[in-house]
Amino acid sequence: MTMKEFLASIKKEFLHIFRDRRTILIVMIMPVVQIILFGFAVSTEVTRARIAFCGDISDPVVRRTIDRIESNRYLESAGMLQSPSGITEMFRRNKADAAVCFGRNFGEEYLSSGNAAIKIIGDGSDPNTARIITSYVSGVIQQEQQDISISMEGERKSSMNPVVHLMYNPAMKSSYNFVPGVMGLILMLICSMMTAVSIVREKETGTLELLLVSPVKPLWVILSKLMPYLALSAVNFISILLLAHYVMEVPVNGSIALLSLSALVFVVASLAIGILVSVISSSQKTAMLICGMGLTMPTMIFSGIIFPCESMPEVLQWFSDIIPAKWFIILVKKIMIQGDGFASVIKELSILAGMAGVLLSASIFSFRTRLQ
Amino acid sequence: MDTELNVIEIRNLTKKFGDFTAVDNISFDVRRGEIFGFLGANGAGKTTAMRILCGLSRPTAGTGTVAGYDIWKEQEKIKRHIGYMSQKFSLYPDLTVKENIRLFGGIYGLDDREINGKTSKMLSMLGMVQEKDKFAGELPLGWKQKLSFCIALIHEPRIIFLDEPTGGVDPETRRRFWELIYDTAEKGTTIFVTTHYMDEAEYCDRVSIMVDGRIAALDTPEKLKCRFTAETMDDVFRTVAGKAEREE
Repeated sequence: MTMKEFLASIKKEFLHIFRDRRTILIVMIMPVVQIILFGFAVSTEVTRARIAFCGDISDPVVRRTIDRIESNRYLESAGMLQSPSGITEMFRRNKADAAVCFGRNFGEEYLSSGNAAIKIIGDGSDPNTARIITSYVSGVIQQEQQDISISMEGERKSSMNPVVHLMYNPAMKSSYNFVPGVMGLILMLICSMMTAVSIVREKETGTLELLLVSPVKPLWVILSKLMPYLALSAVNFISILLLAHYVMEVPVNGSIALLSLSALVFVVASLAIGILVSVISSSQKTAMLICGMGLTMPTMIFSGIIFPCESMPEVLQWFSDIIPAKWFIILVKKIMIQGDGFASVIKELSILAGMAGVLLSASIFSFRTRLQ
Repeated sequence: MDTELNVIEIRNLTKKFGDFTAVDNISFDVRRGEIFGFLGANGAGKTTAMRILCGLSRPTAGTGTVAGYDIWKEQEKIKRHIGYMSQKFSLYPDLTVKENIRLFGGIYGLDDREINGKTSKMLSMLGMVQEKDKFAGELPLGWKQKLSFCIALIHEPRIIFLDEPTGGVDPETRRRFWELIYDTAEKGTTIFVTTHYMDEAEYCDRVSIMVDGRIAALDTPEKLKCRFTAETMDDVFRTVAGKAEREE
């Protein structure tokens, strides 16, 4: 086995990819589409949430509170309602995202007993957004309540008022959450699915036999198949980083070298999964289904892109621990957004490296066994 | 080594998959420069045996040499000195004719000068100079078959293994393909061929028939016909393979 023979087979793999224009186009465009899709369409951010009000507008305390909400940059008024019964209609016609109802004699009650009734109603048909909006509105009202106390009574009532501040992501931008997720998802897809499909294709056409009967060792046959996908994932990694930074304005706080190292380890793990899939599947369709349904779905669900892992039942949380993408996404968040250094990501990085090692040896072992 | 008479010597070769004995204690020799027909019904064990000879698989028991190299220890060297063409005439359909030649030249360790020389020689011999930049996938079946045969010979192997090389090809193309096989054998390359076309078995110098993992008969077509008092190889095959007990 010489280097020249290895190079000849690598060259061939690259030729396959460049010949297949459609695939390469999809691979190059996919990250862009995903980022834009998640960034603009599937956004869970609260931008200009419309709040309907219900209460006595002539009451000065009510007036102040409404003004405060209206002047907030993330909220706007959807108008005054005569009675709380109008809220249902507003939600149904999608005229408002939340409603604030002030109790009878709100100002008077508040000033005399300090105990006035106020209700925040969210549109639970979209629970995630509803939770974010209601908690945001309640924060604004609490601040207003403090200001009123100070201005009207000249002193601060002794009560505990937690001030919530989100470190690293003060505006609660969802791009901070989905960019690492999309990166994990795309690298995983490209590496595992495309590797599996390209190996199974050679199995189908019988060319794999030709390669194996040649003096090129099976290990090198596989390695040469992995090279172009390694290169492709590097291109994708860079394009996602650029898009995230310049379009989505996600900061890159940590070391790019460390981030690239984590990506490389994750890519190796995904390529190994691809080889494993190619060993068990007999047709390209099977390989695609296994990768699409068997890998992408769990990655989407358990990696925290859509649902936070912490809110899952414990058994499922254990399951999420065996998914490499989860650890990679944690790594990206820590390094890219929190700006953590090597020392504080060593645990996640070692887990991911361990997984990559096990998967790689398992895949090479199973590929060899199949040949015997 | 080129002076040795036998290029393949197999003794008591056995291959088991669990409880199933695919190849059951077979022994045979293949002589230098001969066309050796390796026949058998589907499931008789001929593919398994051939994979062992090609260094793709290790036997469970038995000894043997292929091109002078041990089937246990020197698989790597065996692969370097044999050619292989499968029933699918596998070429890469998305690579051009030239690129296919270059690829296999490359993985058999030929340098650029040798590859260029071989390429132009091969193209003119096949009459495919015009088609050199066409994708292999666009060629007619007969051309693909001849091209993959020539590519399997690119590193000048001592033996070429042909696994049902004429499957699905019309009789005229098959006949022309066999001319190519004869030419190659005359130059001293040993041909080891499996087929299920019995008329092709007649073209072989010697024929072995595998039944249930064993070699049930091995001789020249003439002697086999004589022994089984048969008119054609087809009748011989029916008589011999008809004794099979193993299900397909």
